[in-house]
Amino acid sequence: MTQMLFTLAEHYNYVITIFLMMAGLYIVIARGNLVKKLVGLSIFQTSVYLLYIEPGKILGGTAPIIDPAFTVYSNPLPHVLILTAIVVGVATLALGLALAVRINESYGTIEEDELLEVDRET
Amino acid sequence: MTAVWPHLPALQVVIPLIGALVAGLLRRGGVAFVLATAVSWTMPLIAGALLWQVLQTGPISYHLGGWQPPWGIEYRIDVLNGFVLVLVSVIGAVIMPYARLSLAFEIDERNQAWTYCMYLLCLTGLLGITVTGDAFNAFVFLEISSLSTYVLIALGRDRRALLSAFQYLIMGTIGATFYVIGIGLLYLVTGTLNMADLAGRLGPAWPEHSRAIVAGATFIVVGLGLKLALFPLHFWLPGAYAYAPSWVTAFLSATATKVAIYLLVRFLFSIFGVAFDTSGLPIAAMILGLSVAAMVIASFIAVFETDLKRMLAYSSVAQIGYITLGIGLANEAGLTGGLVHVVNHALLKATLFLAAGAFFYRAHTVQLQDLSGIGRRMPLTAAAFTIAGFGLVGTPGTVGFISKWYLVIGALDHSWWFVVVFIVVSSVIALVYVGRVLEIVWLRAPSSQCAEAGDPPASMLLPILALAAATIYFGLETEWTARVVETATDMLLGRLR
Amino acid sequence: MTSLIAPESLIGIAILAPFAGALLIPAFRRHPNLREAVTLASAVVLCLSVAALLPGVLAGARPDLQVLDVVPGLSLAFKVEPLGMLFALVAASLWVVNSLYSIGYMRTNSEPRQTGFYVCFAVALGSTIGLAFARNLFTLFLFYEALTIATYPLVTHKLDHQAVRAGRLYLLLLLGSSLLLFLPAIVVTWMLAGTLDFTPGGILGGKADAPLLTLLLALYIFGVGKAAVMPMHFWLPAAMVAPTPVSALLHAVAVVKAGVFTILKVVMLIFGIETLSLAGQSLWLTVIAGTTIIVASVIALAQDNLKRRLAYSTISQLSYVVLGAAILTPISLVGAALHIAAHAVGKITLFFAAGSIHTAAHLTQVSQLDGLGRRMPWTMGAFAIGALAMIGVPPTAGFLGKWFIMTAAVQTSNWLAVAVICTSTILTAGYFLPIVYRAFFRAPPSAHDARHVVGEAPWPIVLALTVTAAATLLLFIWPEIPFRLATSMIGS
Repeated sequence: MTQMLFTLAEHYNYVITIFLMMAGLYIVIARGNLVKKLVGLSIFQTSVYLLYIEPGKILGGTAPIIDPAFTVYSNPLPHVLILTAIVVGVATLALGLALAVRINESYGTIEEDELLEVDRET
Repeated sequence: MTAVWPHLPALQVVIPLIGALVAGLLRRGGVAFVLATAVSWTMPLIAGALLWQVLQTGPISYHLGGWQPPWGIEYRIDVLNGFVLVLVSVIGAVIMPYARLSLAFEIDERNQAWTYCMYLLCLTGLLGITVTGDAFNAFVFLEISSLSTYVLIALGRDRRALLSAFQYLIMGTIGATFYVIGIGLLYLVTGTLNMADLAGRLGPAWPEHSRAIVAGATFIVVGLGLKLALFPLHFWLPGAYAYAPSWVTAFLSATATKVAIYLLVRFLFSIFGVAFDTSGLPIAAMILGLSVAAMVIASFIAVFETDLKRMLAYSSVAQIGYITLGIGLANEAGLTGGLVHVVNHALLKATLFLAAGAFFYRAHTVQLQDLSGIGRRMPLTAAAFTIAGFGLVGTPGTVGFISKWYLVIGALDHSWWFVVVFIVVSSVIALVYVGRVLEIVWLRAPSSQCAEAGDPPASMLLPILALAAATIYFGLETEWTARVVETATDMLLGRLR
Repeated sequence: MTSLIAPESLIGIAILAPFAGALLIPAFRRHPNLREAVTLASAVVLCLSVAALLPGVLAGARPDLQVLDVVPGLSLAFKVEPLGMLFALVAASLWVVNSLYSIGYMRTNSEPRQTGFYVCFAVALGSTIGLAFARNLFTLFLFYEALTIATYPLVTHKLDHQAVRAGRLYLLLLLGSSLLLFLPAIVVTWMLAGTLDFTPGGILGGKADAPLLTLLLALYIFGVGKAAVMPMHFWLPAAMVAPTPVSALLHAVAVVKAGVFTILKVVMLIFGIETLSLAGQSLWLTVIAGTTIIVASVIALAQDNLKRRLAYSTISQLSYVVLGAAILTPISLVGAALHIAAHAVGKITLFFAAGSIHTAAHLTQVSQLDGLGRRMPWTMGAFAIGALAMIGVPPTAGFLGKWFIMTAAVQTSNWLAVAVICTSTILTAGYFLPIVYRAFFRAPPSAHDARHVVGEAPWPIVLALTVTAAATLLLFIWPEIPFRLATSMIGS
């Protein structure tokens, strides 16, 4: 039991990552407001960024600039990948918000239950 | 020509991308249409050339930017994705003429150029997923195609298109993010993102990191399952297909889910299957169970739909179940059946959705009770719909039969009688919903909305008829479909042995 | 002529002629006489090409036409063997007669949408010939399904509520049974035998044990819904809502015979009678066939609607062919094949007569037929001949098939079959002879006299039914061709 707690404490970064992942997913599912869903989605995506970047830091590694004095470097590739993923996330968020605005214009609300009500009536 | 030839894999993606950028700058829908048509008609030529090359000399490996894999991004084309490339590009080319009038009817004048811009982006994304040999690169293209798809769907007339697009956005992004998590876990274990390299490195890494690899595999399968509308992750599909513009639906139903299926097959067979023994994992059983559920349940729901496009959407979910059934069977005949259904279903559904779009164009409705008797007024369109409908059922002489033949043999090779029962039962359910539509379309008096309908103009009618003819042609002459797929299957399964 | 055109080409011509007709007919939709001429021309071309193939087949030739390979193991190919020749001859010759009848019937009754009617009819006949000449189960299955789809618009022709419902049952039952049972049977056959070609002696010898053979045979018997083996028979009475030319040619000849023809071919050339009798399949099949024969006859007794009574009679008579197959001896198979031809001409006569009664006297119920023989002597005379053929009495063709099946049953001590044949003969007499009696020996109800136009139906109708009635008699007097075909079928 204590062994497990120690391991968890050692890997606190992964604990946070997973917490964010689950929190984000929960918000997407549990919240009816469209903007809040997007918030949850963003949190979920952010946790994935952390998932990639954290292992990039090699223990005992320095910045990834080649120098004769150092032998162990941190991995720069995850950062590159995450830059791409961040851009994708931003685009998704922007698109989602644009859709939310249009839905609001069309329906007059962005609450999921009210939207379903309106659709059921028509 | 000789300068261009080696760079065809890159051009396959770059040309539509640049086309999209130019289309985004255009104001007039007509000019954008010409541009989109030009690009769409170039794509099959490139894809055909690539497939031909692969069939002659073996897989093509193209190093983007000249950097060596696995550090650089590699575009790798073998029989499997060459075949999918040809499928996506040919479908895009054939249905392009249809877009002119259909989009003009269903979308505002101001948005038409944007629509073609989004379409070209979507095409870029789909072709990119297919052609790339790098897992993360696949994610990028996956999101490119998905984001543009969300926009295309949202352009539909009905305001429910907005809701459907939003729901698809949420679910699709979760799916893509799961895929990225899976890739991340595999990257942590192996240090590479190149697909071929992953296959090589996962094997040695398996004994020590099996848990991480299984977790990664699970995330990837679920993520792609969301994208390909595997039951029960299909909830975005009916709304998205029903309310999007007709041409968009036809294009998506024939291509978007198929490319996601391709990616799943690539991971399951060329990466995981090669690296370690997947029989210990319940992947096949899970996919089989879900496929059977899709085939039966989705077909059953389709029977009760009153909206023609929603009915066809649920039919798509069921037909995707057939494809994943083939994947789950994972033997020679089964996998061939599943993969050949990729192309067969693309032809069938494109015909059906284009015909539905033509009905909408003339009669301004897709509600079944308002479409009664439209067969009398639009005989050619309805005839194409009938032919494709019987293709869904699996009548011999149509493409649907070819897929079912292979799938049934694949199931019997495992001695799984119950799977055969499910295949034929779902075919009978398909007969019910197809028969219902045929009865309404042909055997009833024309409703008031159909009174002035007539067959659509040639630019819309010709693609419909061409695709319907293709569903019969490739049901009898399977040289280019089943034989090519058999080569792909041999390659995919051969590596396992 | 046979030396001028190669037999392979004749096969092609025979199959393509009806489809070519189907394509041409819409072009003449505004000119009814030309349109009908196209139908008749296709029918004549078909008849001639089939007849041209006959001498070769009788001499022992088996013309072969390979069209294309669909997937490895499935090919579209044709081969003319005696049973297929017999079926094609029956269908082709009766199409000519039926076309004449159709013209008279459809015009007199002012039926709508006649162009579509003739197109579907041509497609249906083309599919029938394709089925008759099929070399393997895949080709047969393809044309079998095409036949169902082509006849669906004919069944629903009237477009009223009843016709649409009947069409629904028709399509669901026939396509459903073929999807659920027939198709798996074909796949299993392919997996066991590695081929689907019809081969003398069968392809399943030694490939499966008795339980599997029973299952497979059952899948075929019930999967081939067109053979109307109970409980797959419900579509037949429902299909009687179609116009009588449809009922006459399709549901007395083409469609139903396609069903029992398929069963005969499967029993002889896929399983092989040796394999089946060694595996003891005769008994249960006899029971199934016998049940259908008796039950259908009993139901026929209770039907007042003439066409429905004829429909149940068809169901019963079809299972005679299955019974002949069930007895599993060469003689019984000869009887089964002969019965295909005999029942075809007899039943089509009866349906022609029923349609004639409907057209001229506007009567549909048996109870209304009193005294009709006086006013419509040709029609009721033909009916009487057809009825005798069903009962199986000389001098009609129906006697031949029954005689052989009965002989085979006695020879193999299959007393169950003997009992079934005797009982059903009595029952058949029970539901046909009263009609003949009423028509000729009872006075017509006086109220009717004033209301209905008395006299025969128009001449095309009367001509058609006279021809088929004559054929029924002729086949008894001169059964040479069907007989030679049937015997070479078991010999080859």
